Amino acid sequence: MKKFIAKRLGISIVILFFVTLIIYSIMRCMPTSYVENKAREMSSKPGAKSYEEWLEQLNESYGLDVNIPQGYVVWIGHVFTGDFGDSWQWNVPVIDKFKEVIWYSFALGASAFLLEIIIAIPLGILAARKQYSRTDYAVTVFALIGISLPSFFFATILKMIFSVKLGWLDLYGIVGRMHEQLSPFGQFLDYAQHMILPVATLTIVSIGSLMRYTRTNMLEVLNSDFIRTARAKGLPEKRVVNYHAFRNTLIPIVTILGGSLPTLFAGAMITEQLFQIPGIGYTSYLSMTRGDIPFSMFYLTFLAILSLLGNLIADILYAVVDPRVRVH
Amino acid sequence: MSEEKNLNTKTGGASTSLDDEQRVKVLSPGMMVAKRFFRNRLAMVGLVIIVCMFLFSFVGGMIAPYGEKQVFRTTETAIKDYAGVAENKDWQYSVADGKEFPAAAQAQMILAVNNGETSFTAKDVSYGLLKKNDDLYYIVQGEQIATVTNVRGNANYKEVVAGALTDSVKAAYEAAVAANQSEFDADGVHYSITQQGRITSINIAENIAIASKYVFSGATKEVEVSFDFKCAALDAMEAEASSMEADGVTYTIEENEEGALFYKDGEEYALVSTYNISAINDGVFLTLEFRNAALKAIDEGAETFTFTDESGEETEYVLKRKNEQYTVRSYVETQVNDTYAKPSKAHLLGTDGHGMDMLTRLMFGGRISLLVGFVTVIIEVLIGIIMGGIAGYFGGWVDTLIMRIVDIFYCIPAMPLYIILGAIMDFWKIDPQFRIFVLCAMLGLLGWASVARMVRGQILSLREQEFMTAAEALGISTHRRIFIHLIPNVIPQLIVIATMGLGDTILTEATLSYLGLGVKFPYASWGNIINAVNDSYVMTNFWFVWIPAGLLILLTVLGFNFIGDGLRDAFDPKMKR
Repeated sequence: MKKFIAKRLGISIVILFFVTLIIYSIMRCMPTSYVENKAREMSSKPGAKSYEEWLEQLNESYGLDVNIPQGYVVWIGHVFTGDFGDSWQWNVPVIDKFKEVIWYSFALGASAFLLEIIIAIPLGILAARKQYSRTDYAVTVFALIGISLPSFFFATILKMIFSVKLGWLDLYGIVGRMHEQLSPFGQFLDYAQHMILPVATLTIVSIGSLMRYTRTNMLEVLNSDFIRTARAKGLPEKRVVNYHAFRNTLIPIVTILGGSLPTLFAGAMITEQLFQIPGIGYTSYLSMTRGDIPFSMFYLTFLAILSLLGNLIADILYAVVDPRVRVH
Repeated sequence: MSEEKNLNTKTGGASTSLDDEQRVKVLSPGMMVAKRFFRNRLAMVGLVIIVCMFLFSFVGGMIAPYGEKQVFRTTETAIKDYAGVAENKDWQYSVADGKEFPAAAQAQMILAVNNGETSFTAKDVSYGLLKKNDDLYYIVQGEQIATVTNVRGNANYKEVVAGALTDSVKAAYEAAVAANQSEFDADGVHYSITQQGRITSINIAENIAIASKYVFSGATKEVEVSFDFKCAALDAMEAEASSMEADGVTYTIEENEEGALFYKDGEEYALVSTYNISAINDGVFLTLEFRNAALKAIDEGAETFTFTDESGEETEYVLKRKNEQYTVRSYVETQVNDTYAKPSKAHLLGTDGHGMDMLTRLMFGGRISLLVGFVTVIIEVLIGIIMGGIAGYFGGWVDTLIMRIVDIFYCIPAMPLYIILGAIMDFWKIDPQFRIFVLCAMLGLLGWASVARMVRGQILSLREQEFMTAAEALGISTHRRIFIHLIPNVIPQLIVIATMGLGDTILTEATLSYLGLGVKFPYASWGNIINAVNDSYVMTNFWFVWIPAGLLILLTVLGFNFIGDGLRDAFDPKMKR
């Protein structure tokens, strides 16, 4: 097991190296980068140096006067010492900005994740138990609609209904206008209120796959021989489903859920952008569209690490949960 | 359902070795799959949706009466300021030809008027001021010919210009002083008397300017009211005469409350009024009739008035009062893009922010969205089959290498990268048409990893089976073994993954276009049609701009997912009913 993990870690690091190299090269390809905009801005001030001079100076101070491989080596050298540089867009160290915004994303991701589990697993099991019934069709259609819904469209509809027509919730943002005057508990409620629509969007949009997955696995388990044996023994159906079948369904579900744990920190870029939640996703979206290389590099590397970590956790969990796998 | 079971048992009964589920999958006849697929209600719904979408986009686009980029125009009545009317309270100066009366002097003149002085100096030039009445002053500038000092009733004359002070002038001067006048005529020359302290000077006066509170306006564009005319006209008005002469022409005068109307040869020549009426726009000439009509309306305190111009067109004007000023406003029809028009017979779904027909845009947008989906999936599948096939068949270091590449592509965060690439394309200002293909290539190149992984997995299990051993034993070439014997067996899963992928790609493209980083105007895609919703005003007021496009995306992706789901069930005998 240790050997397996070590091997996977080694491969992950190699993959990470290439992923960051590719991303870094692409980031450097942005012709009108942040620096050029800045140089243009600085040179238009009265009595300023010319655009070319500013560009040269800024390129030097931002470390862009070297070619891509050199720049990458410098970047990765800093990363090994834990230094991701200063964000150009936010004017603070990347790590500081990250610490500031990550918890919004985590709150959003975790709430949606919990809701997903609470809704998707029972519905999936229900659909599997009554295969080809009306309930099954309803659940399948619901799941597929969730998968097919464009998040921006669904978010707009939610905003239209709850913010515009009913006026219950705010269109954008994470805090209300009176946030500063509220008591700590009131502030918490304020945050929670602003999270309702984003969490709803995220849950509905991503609930489908877990529901389908639960249904498929439950069907597989219900069709297996030991369930037939359990039924043949004369066990009540309740016990067969809740005890024998459910536990076995949990194996793949726990694996996939464990694997998606790291993505709780990844931030939902589109949803955050739609509701302007100042989480990691929205922050990165702004950074990326404005050519802020240090922050974008950090975010993309972070995402890559999370996805590798997710795979690793899934593999390990699979071995932990299912003793049959450990043989290999 | 029972029929299907019979079929299964039939195929199962033909050979005992077919109990092996893998074998059943490999050998399952296409008809069986089709039958299972067509029995699936959801899949059929999906199929109908997709067929409808294709008809809507491709056939609909052909029979649509409007073009993709046809902009509709409409006329809009806007109330616009046409003319301003103000009662004139400032001095209006008219200067004689070839003379100057600069602004500094005008200011000095006002001071002099207020202080009741009869002369003033500005910039070392002295001017005489002749008062006709409260609203009319003549500004004269003259050569001083003599000064008079009054000592105990006796006038002491002192000549400045030798020989100019004749007896007749003196007599006339004394008569003028006696009559308390500030000007007199003698020997056909006009003299003026100005007072500077105790010294009175006699000047040969020449009118260089008049200051009055009347405004002159000519009856036609060509009429330029001359200085002489103004002097004569103001004099005549002062004298309440019914006719006057200027520049050798006789004018008849018709006085009214605010001023007078001058006729030349029975035709209107000029209007003199205390109201200043001017057009807001340059180049618009206000006729006397219009001025009269406006003044009449102001007199009557009316809020609107109609005026018929020379061409017989009747226009309604609205008078708006602000303190002492009136604004004459008229309704003007202008041509504008027919933006956000409500759904109507001409435009079943209204028009968008560019004044284009929404339904037509949706049809053409559907073409692009579907096209992007198909092209991308074809690229993905092609790369996926080749890479996965090679990796799965050869195994060993080739497999390891390709799988690591797959891992790398799997690990790259796709959405952020699309956003970065979209921003890069923005910076390069790539031609919108070319951009669509770049978008396809981009989505395809970043999406093949999952296809490759699936193909490899399938091939790994397939190549261990008997038929492959047989193929090898028969000496069939590697190329044929991969592409004729292995790949066709992967096709069922490939079709499923491609169908689902179509939905995903359309969704990704829509999201990118929604963010403004995908398909660009003037081309339509369902995503960039919804892009308009970023404007909250559009979102709340014009549902027809974004709801239809959103529903089309939802339905299309749903259709592809239904079909993919149905196909998976149909291909997978384990899921049989």
